[in-house]
Amino acid sequence: MSLPPDPDVLLRCQDLARRFGGLMAVDGLTLEFRRGEVHAVIGTNGAGKSTLINMLSGEIPSSGGSVWLGAQDVTTWSQPRRARAGIGRSYQRTTIFPEFSVFENCRLCAQAAHSRPFALWESADRCKVSGDIAHEALRAAGLDEAAMQPAGSLSHGGKRQLEIAMCLSTRPKVLLLDEPLAGMGAEETDRMLQVLQGLKAGHAVLLVEHDMDAVFRIAERITVMVNGTVIASDTPEAIRVHPEVQSAYLGTDE
Amino acid sequence: MIRRAFPWIVAVLLLAAPALLTPYTYDLLLRIMVMAVFALSLELLVGMTGLVSLGHAAFLGIGAYSTVLLSPQYDPGNALLLLLTAAGISALYALFVGALSLRTKGVYFIMVTLAFAQMAYFVFHDTPIGRGTDGIYLVARPVAGAFDAENRTHLYYLVTGTLIGTYGLLALVRRSRFGHALAGIRVNEQRMRAVGFATYVYKLAAFVLAGALAGVAGFLLAVKDGFVNPELLSWHESGAVLLMIILGGIGHLRGAVLGAAAFVLLRELYASPDLVGPVSEHWQLALGLTIIVFVALLPKGLIGLPARLRGRR
Repeated sequence: MSLPPDPDVLLRCQDLARRFGGLMAVDGLTLEFRRGEVHAVIGTNGAGKSTLINMLSGEIPSSGGSVWLGAQDVTTWSQPRRARAGIGRSYQRTTIFPEFSVFENCRLCAQAAHSRPFALWESADRCKVSGDIAHEALRAAGLDEAAMQPAGSLSHGGKRQLEIAMCLSTRPKVLLLDEPLAGMGAEETDRMLQVLQGLKAGHAVLLVEHDMDAVFRIAERITVMVNGTVIASDTPEAIRVHPEVQSAYLGTDE
Repeated sequence: MIRRAFPWIVAVLLLAAPALLTPYTYDLLLRIMVMAVFALSLELLVGMTGLVSLGHAAFLGIGAYSTVLLSPQYDPGNALLLLLTAAGISALYALFVGALSLRTKGVYFIMVTLAFAQMAYFVFHDTPIGRGTDGIYLVARPVAGAFDAENRTHLYYLVTGTLIGTYGLLALVRRSRFGHALAGIRVNEQRMRAVGFATYVYKLAAFVLAGALAGVAGFLLAVKDGFVNPELLSWHESGAVLLMIILGGIGHLRGAVLGAAAFVLLRELYASPDLVGPVSEHWQLALGLTIIVFVALLPKGLIGLPARLRGRR
């Protein structure tokens, strides 16, 4: 960690830990997420990847350590407060609002930071601020043509894209993406990777993903977790030849 | 088109109705409209926010009791002031109940709201405040300027106006950003928190508004009947209003009004010996069976009847 705080480090965690009963699910994680970088976190099931995302986004409290958003210590902040401050996340299982239109899914997310939610005389459908943000997010996620469709009628790949678009609608600085490629075909994966490439410039991206080809194609930095601890954190080239990683993870399946 | 115009047509008919009413139909219509205000207030919680409360009658009863207890003993009180205090006191109790109960979810929420309603019930049933099982009479109905609730036409327009106002307010809530956020909380609260909504505050605001509107319904009921008793706060009443919105169709404001009308009319039908003979002695049984049949045949409520008749599901 550089001594004068690096303005490109948008999110970092220090000695982050989480205990479930007697089990240390995550133990002493210290990581940085930089603007312009996709930082992939890989590891077998149960390595603590989702727990890490849950703690960074504030969905579950940490048992120890701290989370910093820029220069701000957000460890004690609630999840909604962290989200409004710029931490956006997607879920492993698709969690869209199926009965709303694709556009309304994003518009609603954009509305979260709106200053006057209780202005009852103003129609939500005609809210310009959130509407504009939603259209922009749909464009960035490549969904603008499906805007008026019911979200539940999208294909699986479309729903995953919508997850990203909803995340973007909150205007996040940091994107925590939990397996955005799960269950996708090759073509859908390509499209999603393009979307993620486009997002790099303005955001710090944490990518939890099982698709190793995709991870090595897109990530600038890869962290490997085993049993809640980091065994390696480096560039993709270095990770590929890392002996410990090969024996613990890459060599076995895939 | 017709469906969108429907509430407006009903509103115009209601405003024109007093000329045509007999004393019997007048009382029945008033009862339906008061219950419709009550059902609409619960629809805000159940249909719009996804919070199933089994203690909503507490707010009705508190509104009704505060109207009677705060009226001068022999003189008429100020109608506007009583209306606002009924809404305000119910809203305060809703703030207290909501602040605690909204920390729970699902069946626990149902049980906690029921428990708080039972607490309120026993306060009015067993303490000197409520003067026991017999309840209290409202000696003089309230007035405000030229308005006098003792006058049947005035009272009619007070109730009709309040129903239309409540419906209009909730229609505004539905289309507002607040209403859209409530809909999001109903579908997926977890996701709403993840994008930055402090969902607890939104739910609490909905709970307090619903309590205030139920208090308004209580005010109307007290003024209409000139009498209150603890049964207004009982869990039977909470269950009845829940049945009304289920009967009418959850998720629609029209459903709440329709359900209130259907419930009051069915109850009236089965309790009238002239119409149903000996069944009237067991009207609860007949009402219960009818509601089971309705719900089985019309899972979307009466609001889904036209679609059902056209063969769509």
